[in-house]
Amino acid sequence: MEETQSKFTQKSQKRKFEQFGRTISFICIAFIVLVVLSILYFVISKGLSTFTTDGVSVIDFLFGNTWRPGEVGENGAPLVGALPMILGSFYVTLLSAVLATPFAIAAAIYMIEISPKNGKKILQPVIELLVGIPSVVYGFIGLTVIVPFIRNIFGGTGFGILSATMVLFVMILPTVTSMAVDALNAVPRHYREASLAMGGTRWQTIYKVVLRAATPGLLTAVVFGMARAFGEALAVQMVIGNAALVPTDLITPASTLTSILTMSMGNTVMGTLENNVLWSLATILLVMALFFNILTRWIGKKGAMKK
Amino acid sequence: MVTNEKIIETNDVHLYYGKNEALKGITLDFNPNEITALIGPSGCGKSTYLRTLNRMNDLIQDVTITGQVKYKGKDIYSPKMDTVELRKKIGMVFQQPNPFPFSVFDNVAYGLRISGMKDKQKIQHIVEESLKKAAVWDDVKDKLHDSALALSGGQQQRVCIARVIAIEPEIILLDEPTSALDPVSSGKIENMLLELKENYTMIMVTHNMQQASRISDNTAFFLQGHLIEHGKTRQIFTNPTQQETEDYISGRFG
Repeated sequence: MEETQSKFTQKSQKRKFEQFGRTISFICIAFIVLVVLSILYFVISKGLSTFTTDGVSVIDFLFGNTWRPGEVGENGAPLVGALPMILGSFYVTLLSAVLATPFAIAAAIYMIEISPKNGKKILQPVIELLVGIPSVVYGFIGLTVIVPFIRNIFGGTGFGILSATMVLFVMILPTVTSMAVDALNAVPRHYREASLAMGGTRWQTIYKVVLRAATPGLLTAVVFGMARAFGEALAVQMVIGNAALVPTDLITPASTLTSILTMSMGNTVMGTLENNVLWSLATILLVMALFFNILTRWIGKKGAMKK
Repeated sequence: MVTNEKIIETNDVHLYYGKNEALKGITLDFNPNEITALIGPSGCGKSTYLRTLNRMNDLIQDVTITGQVKYKGKDIYSPKMDTVELRKKIGMVFQQPNPFPFSVFDNVAYGLRISGMKDKQKIQHIVEESLKKAAVWDDVKDKLHDSALALSGGQQQRVCIARVIAIEPEIILLDEPTSALDPVSSGKIENMLLELKENYTMIMVTHNMQQASRISDNTAFFLQGHLIEHGKTRQIFTNPTQQETEDYISGRFG
């Protein structure tokens, strides 16, 4: 009797082992969380110092349209209006997403509904390859092919939002496509069967049932593409021209948050306004990344509720 | 001239999944306005046979079908056959209730809309009538615009039947329509099927012997890809001619 009792109360070897594993994984998670929190704290505290230490007003920063850090305007306030870059970022993001979405969905429909065999054999590897190409290569191609192409057609320098959109379009296309493929794959087979069994044509089935059922997934795919476009720095910086001006058309040089960041970060001194204001740009990027993240979660939840 | 006698005739139907022969020469006819039950143990080919009747097996790769399937005297496997039109005439209800993730109304209206009906009042009317015929109107009349997926399994299945009725097929194929449902829901569906018999020909796969004996006029017994025996339900259940049929019905195997 006593022997059994001690057997149950004593920690067995197996249980010690379990606890050990649990501790290890907890430490890893805690480390990751800590890193993320420190990055957030660091970027945001630096970003806010533009407003706290240097006394720039938030309104002037977000809506001012003159970006000349280091100089002061007529009223004595530093010229650090970030509106040109904010607008530039949104323009290239939205335009490339609008351009990429139809292509991505069409490619996904082909791969899942129309020709799964060719899709798996040819398109899948191509898309995986496209995802793996480093962004500097895309930027280089953009610089040597797209920029001269646009210069020849529309005149001007060729640098600008249109070139950036083109490069981003190619860059986000594989991301959006492969996520759209997942979304269509997740539509249960029996929806298709039900539609076909009722005399639906293949196209009606795809258009009215599959796409409709996959809408939350497809939206998530597009938002992911937008997040990628919004955060892309190098390739955009190579083709957009990097003029911190409020964009008035698509073919004159403009800039994005990321392109100005990468351009200027080596040329400022820590602790100065010029440096702090770059951190403020980074804060906007971080907030936007968070926003995209929340958006995809929200779409996922809405979609799940419908089912 | 097409006689009114048989609505579907199948003659020596063989079906192969790759090299595996799933149906080994089925010859069977169906009368209009009758319910025929297809019974047999799992994997005997009865569902496969059912799906040859509206060409749903076309969706699976590597399927070869030989023999003849005639609907009103026309070979449905002839290259000229329009499967879209065929499937409007031969509707199908599946084992798992499979409403679309739309509202109840949109589910039932789906078939009408894809065949190009635009008149909203007419659609509304047919949807209501179909839901009434499927004996689910009282359950859903206040939730027509809620998602069909929020309904219970039995209600979903009846909505699926209403969805098929809405396009006014002549034949309804039912692939174990109640096997995923509780006895009360199953009972409701059985009663409804008996009422629908006036206007539709029904062919139903079922694992439930009582169900087959309760509602079917004819019964066909399948075993390992062969059609062992078929005839009037009463005769099959009381006085089968084949030993296998008797063994199966009395529960000695399967």
